[in-house]
Amino acid sequence: MRIPDSILHIDRRIIFLLIGAAVCIPLILQPRFQDSPTPIVQSIFDTVERLPSGSRVFLSFDYGPDTAPELDPMAKALVRHTMTRGHEVSFFTLFPEGLGQIKKITDNLLPVEFPEKAYGRDFVNLGYKAGLGGAINTMVVNFRTLINADAEGTPLDDLPMTADVDEMVDYAIILSLTAGDPGLKEWIQFAGDIAGIPVMGGGTAVVAPELYPYYPQQLVGLMGGLKGASEYESALVDRYPAYRNATMDATMRMGPQVVTHVLIVLLILLGNLAYFFGRSGRPGRNDRTDRADQADRRR
Amino acid sequence: MRRKIPLIITFIIGVVLVTGYFVTRGPFNTLYESFSDYFAIITVFAFILGGGSLLKIHLKRVSNRSTDWPYSVVTLAGFLVTLVIGLFKVGNPDGMGGEILAAGSWLRFLFDGVYNPLSATMFSLLAFFVASASYRAFRARTKEATILLSAAMVILLGRTPVGAWLTAWMPEILGFLELPNLANWIMAWPNTAGQRAIMIGIALGVIATSLRIILGIERNYLGRRE
Amino acid sequence: MDVTLQLWIDAALTLMILSFLYRDNPFYKFAEHLFVGVSAAYLMAIGFWDHLVPNLLGKLFPSLMSGVVPGAVGRSPDYYYIIPAVFGLLLLTRLVDRWAWLSRWALAFIVGGSAGFNLPRFLDSDFIIQVQSTMVPLVVLDPAGNLLWGASFSHIVLVLGVICGLVYFFFSVEHKGILGHVSRAGIWVLMVTFGAAFGYTVMARISLLTGRMEALGAWLATMF
Repeated sequence: MRIPDSILHIDRRIIFLLIGAAVCIPLILQPRFQDSPTPIVQSIFDTVERLPSGSRVFLSFDYGPDTAPELDPMAKALVRHTMTRGHEVSFFTLFPEGLGQIKKITDNLLPVEFPEKAYGRDFVNLGYKAGLGGAINTMVVNFRTLINADAEGTPLDDLPMTADVDEMVDYAIILSLTAGDPGLKEWIQFAGDIAGIPVMGGGTAVVAPELYPYYPQQLVGLMGGLKGASEYESALVDRYPAYRNATMDATMRMGPQVVTHVLIVLLILLGNLAYFFGRSGRPGRNDRTDRADQADRRR
Repeated sequence: MRRKIPLIITFIIGVVLVTGYFVTRGPFNTLYESFSDYFAIITVFAFILGGGSLLKIHLKRVSNRSTDWPYSVVTLAGFLVTLVIGLFKVGNPDGMGGEILAAGSWLRFLFDGVYNPLSATMFSLLAFFVASASYRAFRARTKEATILLSAAMVILLGRTPVGAWLTAWMPEILGFLELPNLANWIMAWPNTAGQRAIMIGIALGVIATSLRIILGIERNYLGRRE
Repeated sequence: MDVTLQLWIDAALTLMILSFLYRDNPFYKFAEHLFVGVSAAYLMAIGFWDHLVPNLLGKLFPSLMSGVVPGAVGRSPDYYYIIPAVFGLLLLTRLVDRWAWLSRWALAFIVGGSAGFNLPRFLDSDFIIQVQSTMVPLVVLDPAGNLLWGASFSHIVLVLGVICGLVYFFFSVEHKGILGHVSRAGIWVLMVTFGAAFGYTVMARISLLTGRMEALGAWLATMF
């Protein structure tokens, strides 16, 4: 079998166009795929579900706009779930950019979907704190040393929800949405393993594989990438059918995922076929491909 | 003084923070609490240092008319405009006492309208390059590369509904070979094993390096001797 | 500010960055340099208002800061916070060549702090508990005493995988003979791990691109 040279010399911009099309076309057509939660995602859902109504939940937005398309759907799903269950949610971030992500939820989602929820009573924004793991350590050792007011400067004592929050262990669970360091790893190392507070959450698909060794001993559950978010959304819809008509970002974005994954698998297969059955029809004559790569890099 | 004092500071801070982890009362614990808090405060100054360095470098490039210096003007303009708006809360509906990213504030506009698309698009470019690299470089040249490639393909297909569709014909007894199940199994077991081996290796490295730093054996962070 | 204007700026900057896919060009360079400047200043502003003001200035100068830190009203100054303030200022001496050596004192605090934090935590969370979590039964039985083949196989993969992976990273002894075989198996385990990581990375990058395309779609929708 011989594969023409043009396959080996394909311009990378053609691949770029294919990827662009593979993302855009499903976005326009909006196919819907049924999903079901895997045990690692279901365990987060069950934990949030089993907490008595009114429990204090600490939700850390440890990400910025660069990873928001993956983690925003998780944030929305978690906020919808915790608010529906009647938990009291404290928003926080270890990323300066995370503050903007919190504001998207508090300014756009909560007033529209939960107009009855009041700031200071049902949710509060504790803002950003620097110091990476050191910040978590300070919170565990003496919560009020690091956080004595919300993001607007209002003392915690003046907010009904946080008036009697003196220690990190006053929170029933810690949820973190992680894009890197600091994130779930630091929450496990500095809070979960030391103070014994159950830690769980979501990570970008890049971070998620590295967090698997913590599950299930140190990490209650993990949503890995958009697929993890989609699984959580499906668990939410199954339990609360009222959300069936709500916009589920991760579920909608699974269309482009499906098409691009198939495209990339096909590209890998084609690349390997071209490598093994190049012009000579024999494996190993791949130097042309390598030269094409180098030429592309120079371009 | 230029090298000894930093070594003493490192030793004291390191010893207090290690001891404070185990001793939860007494003076060590008080110092532990304070140093932990101070550490977080000092790291904020690193942001200021970063901004200062950026200013210094780009001002130099502009004054020297270095290659592409007009772009340094763009960096400086972006930096100074955002800094003034951010530090003085310009356009904040609640004034100086308001939340920094309050709805309607100019900094919020800059975050949503400028920072957000720049940051997100910069990282989204990687989607194109990862696809191109997959086509050009992901070759089953060796046994190891074939294992890597196979695992990647199982994950790529198994984490989408296509994987379920492709292997739905399998008899129930071979259900564990269905792509979604196989993908979940790879993540839960071989992936965990590999990541755990890496994690344990890193942990040992971090422990040894931390000990060397605290004891003053590792001094590279002090830079060259003057 | 105007939402439509924001959408147009968003779209323009997105297209400027995406233009790099064709080739490097002035529009991309403009957007790239703007990103550097805006992000550095944004981090400074957030760090200043969310951390330095309430956690340092509000404690050192409560009466002066009472207008922006409501909790500081009536509080007396906490002079211990002069320590982090001095160290923080020392860090900034790096910007002045003549005094740059003083920044090492602050750097020593940060490096010593990181070492002090990391040593016990990596020992506990990433070493001891990881070893504990690997100590699983190799033969798994159900309550009735029947062998669970699948679970037993998975546990064997986990235990052997971790051991083989660790042997591969053990460079003090030459990987020959039986150690060579174990180390080779370790490479295979790591290859599966990297393959899984690659698959997940693709997933992550596509998600980000999807987000951007949605934003461009929102912009296009304003025109029709």
